Amino acid sequence: MNNMLAIPKVNVKNMTDKEFFYGHKACAGCGGSIAVRLALKVLGERTFAALPAGCMSAVGFIYPQMAFNINALITTFPGAASMGSGIAVGAKAIGLKDFKTVVIAGDGGTADIGFQALSGMIDRNDDVLYICYDNEAYMNTGIQKSGLTPYGTKTTTTPTGKNLPGSVTHKKNLFEIIAAHDIAYAATASIGYPQDFINKVNKAKHTKGTSFIHVYASCPTGWGTPTETSVDIAKEAVDCGLIFLAEYENGEYKLNRNPKNFKSVNDYLAKQGRFKHMSDRDIEIVSSNRDKKWERMRKHWLQK
Amino acid sequence: MNQPKKQEFKTPKHIDDYPTGPQYTAGFLPETNAGWRTVRPLVDHEACVFCLRCYMLCPDGTIFKDNGKINIDMDYCKGCGVCAFECPKDAITMIKEEL
Repeated sequence: MNNMLAIPKVNVKNMTDKEFFYGHKACAGCGGSIAVRLALKVLGERTFAALPAGCMSAVGFIYPQMAFNINALITTFPGAASMGSGIAVGAKAIGLKDFKTVVIAGDGGTADIGFQALSGMIDRNDDVLYICYDNEAYMNTGIQKSGLTPYGTKTTTTPTGKNLPGSVTHKKNLFEIIAAHDIAYAATASIGYPQDFINKVNKAKHTKGTSFIHVYASCPTGWGTPTETSVDIAKEAVDCGLIFLAEYENGEYKLNRNPKNFKSVNDYLAKQGRFKHMSDRDIEIVSSNRDKKWERMRKHWLQK
Repeated sequence: MNQPKKQEFKTPKHIDDYPTGPQYTAGFLPETNAGWRTVRPLVDHEACVFCLRCYMLCPDGTIFKDNGKINIDMDYCKGCGVCAFECPKDAITMIKEEL
């Protein structure tokens, strides 16, 4: 493993002034575009990006518009990671040096449709950074449930009513599934904590082998939140414990943030149109699930 | 300003002028997004402490450093209001976009 202390720090004062994701057609206040923009600013100009079907490819490549100011291309939906692998080894074969390959996919393209290719890429340990921006549903096609949609979410495929609370399944534990591959570096982040996200992308940039970042990114359109609160709601998700910030490297889990008291889950849910219908019983299910998860993480992941 | 600017798109005259893939030249922007706005940000430079939080969090990257001050590329600002909401000094206010 490389020495993490030797990596030059990146922050808002010293990051490049160039924009690599500009003039795109994402909705106003899009959280996913904040994640992509910041990640590309950290990775720099010598980056190849591969994007499967999803919001970021839909808003970035509207011929002849090209919002990506780096080499970027759209891949097949299930093959984004394979394409990333191919770019990385292809560029190496023609003798390119000092470059990074990044795959930027949504939650559906990662946890559901693109999962097999992703698993294969981690298995081969190709030198690719995979960023999953998680807005908790297939937003690009009109808000359908994905494997990362949490319990009680109202989407067009999980309607709410007398008999259903919305999505009846909990969020897939993607971070631990990825870590179980014994990946070189994996992390979770949130756009509500941008410096933490920048640090993790920077770490992944300097990691040889596959790295994976699962970043929580809000979606005003799909979540029913005001556009200006995009960053705030992603921060609140971390503060109320529904999203955790953690890292996995050298075979060890590390909990980056372990708050003594959580903010109210109720307040977080009440701010979003997609959770407005939830009954007290449903909220109880969400918070008890959170408590169970944190109990397990604190038991196993905290350094002694 | 380091952001790409709007460029004129010339309709290809021959099949050879078309790109071979679905992608066009990097950073090619044939149109602006200014028409999306109903409100726009107004910066109070007296109150601004140049912490660059707005620059970091702008989903569209329209905020840029301009000789120690922040400035906004109004061609691509969509008026989402994230900058005004996140500003720790409340130096940005959103005002109505009027014709």
